[in-house]
Amino acid sequence: MLEFLLRFFGRETTSSKKIAKERLRLVLVHDRAGVSPHLLEALKNDLIKVISEYMDIDTAGLEVSLNQENDSVALVANIPILRVKRTFKTGTETAAKA
Amino acid sequence: MGEVIVITSGKGGVGKTTTTANLGTGLASLGKKVVLVDTDIGLRNLDVVMGLENRIVYDLLDVVEGRCRLKQALIKDKRLDNLYLLPANQTRDKTAVSRQQMIDLTAQLREEYDFVLIDCPAGIEMGFKNAIAGAEKALVVTTPEVAAVRDADRIIGLLEAAEMEPPRLIINRLRPDMVRRGDMMDIEDMLEILAIDLIGVVPEDEYIVISTNRGEPAVLDKHSRAGQAYRNIARRLTGEEVPFLNWDAGNGIMARLRRLIGLG
Repeated sequence: MLEFLLRFFGRETTSSKKIAKERLRLVLVHDRAGVSPHLLEALKNDLIKVISEYMDIDTAGLEVSLNQENDSVALVANIPILRVKRTFKTGTETAAKA
Repeated sequence: MGEVIVITSGKGGVGKTTTTANLGTGLASLGKKVVLVDTDIGLRNLDVVMGLENRIVYDLLDVVEGRCRLKQALIKDKRLDNLYLLPANQTRDKTAVSRQQMIDLTAQLREEYDFVLIDCPAGIEMGFKNAIAGAEKALVVTTPEVAAVRDADRIIGLLEAAEMEPPRLIINRLRPDMVRRGDMMDIEDMLEILAIDLIGVVPEDEYIVISTNRGEPAVLDKHSRAGQAYRNIARRLTGEEVPFLNWDAGNGIMARLRRLIGLG
């Protein structure tokens, strides 16, 4: 009854239409860009490899996704940092060692 | 020279065949000379929806493989004498007709007919590629469901890649009551997501089941709401400007009250 009243006065709980639209938006961004979950996983693993050279990160909490903003698609990476490494190997150092 | 229009969708079961039958019958009712081509080889259905299943002698494959003349395979409609059907073959698969054969066939048909409507198989496989080969326009059918809209988007991408005219959308089986409750995507939602032009909206209508059972397209029934929607789309296909029916009675408090007491 409460739900009915809320709906009647236009204060809808998240309607299934809105959920459908949001889910479609996300899935279509991936479809149109031709980005498979497999590709994103590979990208994520490479990001972990590179960033770990400089920082300790929470690999389990790392999220990589595509977002649509207006007409453009953005790659969004959310990377929780545990600790920044004091010393890091620069490109020249690693090159010198090798 | 007639127009060749392919009726397509990504997902199966959204109403392509029903749409083809009704638009063809609608166009023929407007006095146009129309031929319907069922390219869903292996799974023919347009014949039963049209109620012409027991008149089939030859089919699309017999024509393209030269076993009969085109005229022999065309089945004249029971009700309208300017409406014809070219049925699909049931014993072979979707690779049986080539792109070139479809291009040749449609070129031949458009010489004589005002409209050549092609009922396309669902999906993006060989059958789809062949079905669109000879077409210059496409109508994409979807229902307001996540899976159907997603697949429609994929089809629209493929049609655009095929360098056809921008396809137009038919939203089928819309339920205005669910849209009002916020439980079904509305027309604007889908147009925004798919970014193509709309040519018509067909409401969910029990009469479609009855008309399919009988083999009589709903467009011929004056009382069917879906039939009315199909008549409007047929008129739009002939270039006529027909206003869209207003499915949304508004969300103002008065509209809500009116609906509540049954006046909406």
